[in-house]
Amino acid sequence: MLEVSGVTKIFKTGMFGRELTTAVSDVSFAVQPGEVISLIGESGSGKTTVGRMILRLTEPTAGAITFDGHDVASLGRRELRRYYAHVQGVFQDPFSSYNPVFKVDRVLGMIHSSYLRDLSASEWKTKLQKSLEAVSLEPADVLGKYPHQLSGGQLQRLMIARALLLELQFLVADEIISMLDASTRIDVLNLLGDLKARGVGILFITHDLSLGNYISDRTLILRRGRVVEMGATEKVYGNPAHPYTQMLLTSVPHLTERWDPTAQVPTPTPADEDGDAPLVKVADDHFAAIRGAT
Amino acid sequence: METADTSADLISTPEVALTGAGATDDFDPGQKRFETLYFAFHNTKLVIGLSVVLSFLVLAIVGPWLTSADPFEFGFPLGIPPNSTYWLGTTSAGQDVYAQFVYGLRSSFVVGAIAALVAGTLGMAIGFIGGYLGGVVDDILSMLTNVVLVIPTLAVLIIVAAYLKVGSLSSEALLIGLTSWPWAARAIRAQTFSLAARDFVNLARLSGRGPLRVIASEIAPNMSSYLFLVFILLFGGSVLTAATLDFLGLGPSRVMSLGLMMNTAVSNAALQLGMWWWFIPPGLAITAIVGGLYVMNVGLDEVFNPRLRRT
Amino acid sequence: MSLAVDDLRVYYRTLRGDVRALDGVTFTVADGEIMGLAGESGCGKTTLGKSLIRLDGRMRVIGGTVHLDGTELPLSDDGAMNAFRFREVSIVPQYAMSAMNPIRKIGRMISELLDSRDVSYDETLPELSRRLALVGLDDAVLDRYPIELSGGMKQRVVMVLSTLMNPSLLIADELTSALDVSTQKAVAEMLVEFRDRKFVKSTIVITHDLSILYQMADTILVMYAGKLVEKASAAQITQDPKHPYTQLLLGSLPEVGVRFAERRLSGIPGRPPSLLNPPTGCRFRARCPLAFEKCAEEPPFVEIGPNRHAACWKVGAA
Repeated sequence: MLEVSGVTKIFKTGMFGRELTTAVSDVSFAVQPGEVISLIGESGSGKTTVGRMILRLTEPTAGAITFDGHDVASLGRRELRRYYAHVQGVFQDPFSSYNPVFKVDRVLGMIHSSYLRDLSASEWKTKLQKSLEAVSLEPADVLGKYPHQLSGGQLQRLMIARALLLELQFLVADEIISMLDASTRIDVLNLLGDLKARGVGILFITHDLSLGNYISDRTLILRRGRVVEMGATEKVYGNPAHPYTQMLLTSVPHLTERWDPTAQVPTPTPADEDGDAPLVKVADDHFAAIRGAT
Repeated sequence: METADTSADLISTPEVALTGAGATDDFDPGQKRFETLYFAFHNTKLVIGLSVVLSFLVLAIVGPWLTSADPFEFGFPLGIPPNSTYWLGTTSAGQDVYAQFVYGLRSSFVVGAIAALVAGTLGMAIGFIGGYLGGVVDDILSMLTNVVLVIPTLAVLIIVAAYLKVGSLSSEALLIGLTSWPWAARAIRAQTFSLAARDFVNLARLSGRGPLRVIASEIAPNMSSYLFLVFILLFGGSVLTAATLDFLGLGPSRVMSLGLMMNTAVSNAALQLGMWWWFIPPGLAITAIVGGLYVMNVGLDEVFNPRLRRT
Repeated sequence: MSLAVDDLRVYYRTLRGDVRALDGVTFTVADGEIMGLAGESGCGKTTLGKSLIRLDGRMRVIGGTVHLDGTELPLSDDGAMNAFRFREVSIVPQYAMSAMNPIRKIGRMISELLDSRDVSYDETLPELSRRLALVGLDDAVLDRYPIELSGGMKQRVVMVLSTLMNPSLLIADELTSALDVSTQKAVAEMLVEFRDRKFVKSTIVITHDLSILYQMADTILVMYAGKLVEKASAAQITQDPKHPYTQLLLGSLPEVGVRFAERRLSGIPGRPPSLLNPPTGCRFRARCPLAFEKCAEEPPFVEIGPNRHAACWKVGAA
């Protein structure tokens, strides 16, 4: 459904754009309907940039992103509107996603005026009701309120409800729960699971390995813009092949076991730092950018 | 980049009821406006500045109704100080100073308003578009802004006014407006930059909205207080520039203005002759109005920006 | 006892009334103890942290006392607190990246800070170098601008700086929330090392992340809506929580190994109560699956076992 091939993004920084920063380098993956893919990376890994490119908020410097065969970067104005009817995004900061001077209904109203103008008032009301139910929100609790009157969890759920008003096929979820409280996080995350059951493909961008492990079918580990490991989630987490992945997994704090002070924390060697290491197959549906693997 | 910007302090301090999530269940929008008004009326600078400006405005509107004299009309006793018939006395050529004063006040406000409108509109257009679109468009618009900014406005105005013979208030206002927009454009552009990076702007794009619609519906409303301040500053600046031009004799000569009054007063040696009623009222009025506007501006900034308040 | 907090009440003034951010908390932190202060947003943990060093002008101490090493801290008096700040009580701020003045070299910033505290920079320099070396930074860092350092390095500089005067109490406010996983681990281990080397006596670590507390803290104090809910050793809290809130909270945390398809976790429905007008009785009552009639009366925070406290009618002796 969605295919990212060899995508690279280079930003021009510095005076007169003399310096170049490579945010994303040669990233490729594909997402099928009903599949959740985690894009795991620390800050500076380029994961948000990948999400933005898929949402056409910025364009790749090289490579292509295609949706059902159409190249996303070359969509015209009208085609882009059609694209957004199938592909939407939810962002990290719920309070930044809503324009603070307006009520939250407005984000729903924007969809109404852009895509669902032909609906009658009662049809719109029913559709709205169904979307809100799907995300476990009571219309009376959220409609007519201002963003600061609602909690982060409610706002994020409302964002998802907004995406559901359209014929959503793919959702880019960029760190959508990292700003929420622990007790609401899991509810929003479970929502993603519900979306998956409906056949929506999801790109779950996060830095939190336990969240990625909980929800995703496949995982991509991004480091400084490059994919260092990718594959089925159980395989990547169960048998990490790249030293960076191993390092990440040993650094994650657990609730039931302490960090092992004697454990050898693997540090990526200069050979692994070498950007040219291609992804090699480690096992079925498990690839890592390491040299010398079979 | 790690998220160290201000929106990220969300996790740490939503306990305080000022803007926190979950801390207020029954907050209503009227409250926010009430809060703003409350702070507004308790801000000394705003209250003082506003009172001064409003008093002169009232005088400008009502003043001319209280006299039957025309500001340019001759025939009154020459050069007498204020008395019960001639409230501000007369000029050395026998004109009613009070009439001149109140009509001149009107002109100042009209020029200030029109020029502020022209400059403000231009500044908004250029600032919004450059700030939002970025890239080549912004480079070009910035260059344009910087060029006009660097030109010594007053010198240009003097030259242009001298050659074009400004005939009416509106053309004077237009001229001033066309040269005083750059700083507004720059300020608006800077604000637009930071707002354009916010997620709700991205969301509007994801809802299929085009750039102009996004600017008008997402960015401008968030800058409303800022735009208000910009207009006030433009207004004050225009009043001052107009007065300067008029004083130099480059303003419209058939419309009475405070600057023109001062011009005539000086060229008729009012200072030396001690005819204080001729040159002090206009000078004082300009100073008070422009000063009042600037003080209002500082006060408003404190009202709109909670961090500057000292409760 | 190193730190003794007794019935502390801190409210925020707002136009709409007082926000009762901290409504009567009592606890102690022993010498050499690292206590984690956990809770979600709005629970009062940040208020508690800031009030111990009086860092926020908007807060008003309504009642209660705080004793550090036997001396009472003048929490209501900004000027008097100044004598304690940095020397006896120190805070490591959140977001170290933005905590440093970008146009000052690190060394200059440190010397200005020390000057303001009447400490000689030259005399302190050898110790400063020693500590920097301890965290893996060399003296050259003093000659750099903050922008030249990575996030992890900045965090380490800030930590060394905050503990330079060997404070009796160190408050670490959300130290690890903006950091990458690897830096998080390094920072957590550093805090423990500082305690082991006696650079600080007691530490209070404020965070919402229970798993990192398990790794580094001796005890954990859980807060909810301005009140204390449970206090026990880190292992007891994470493995055998007694208070329903703690239990539900732990139950909503995904660990590596738990997958959606196998076991669906659930959160806590509802939201914390408004602190402008908090409800009477137990503040968790509205969301608690175990609530019964007695909960209309506020449960006291009492000892339910050796070094274990909880505030719930259904738990322990109460």
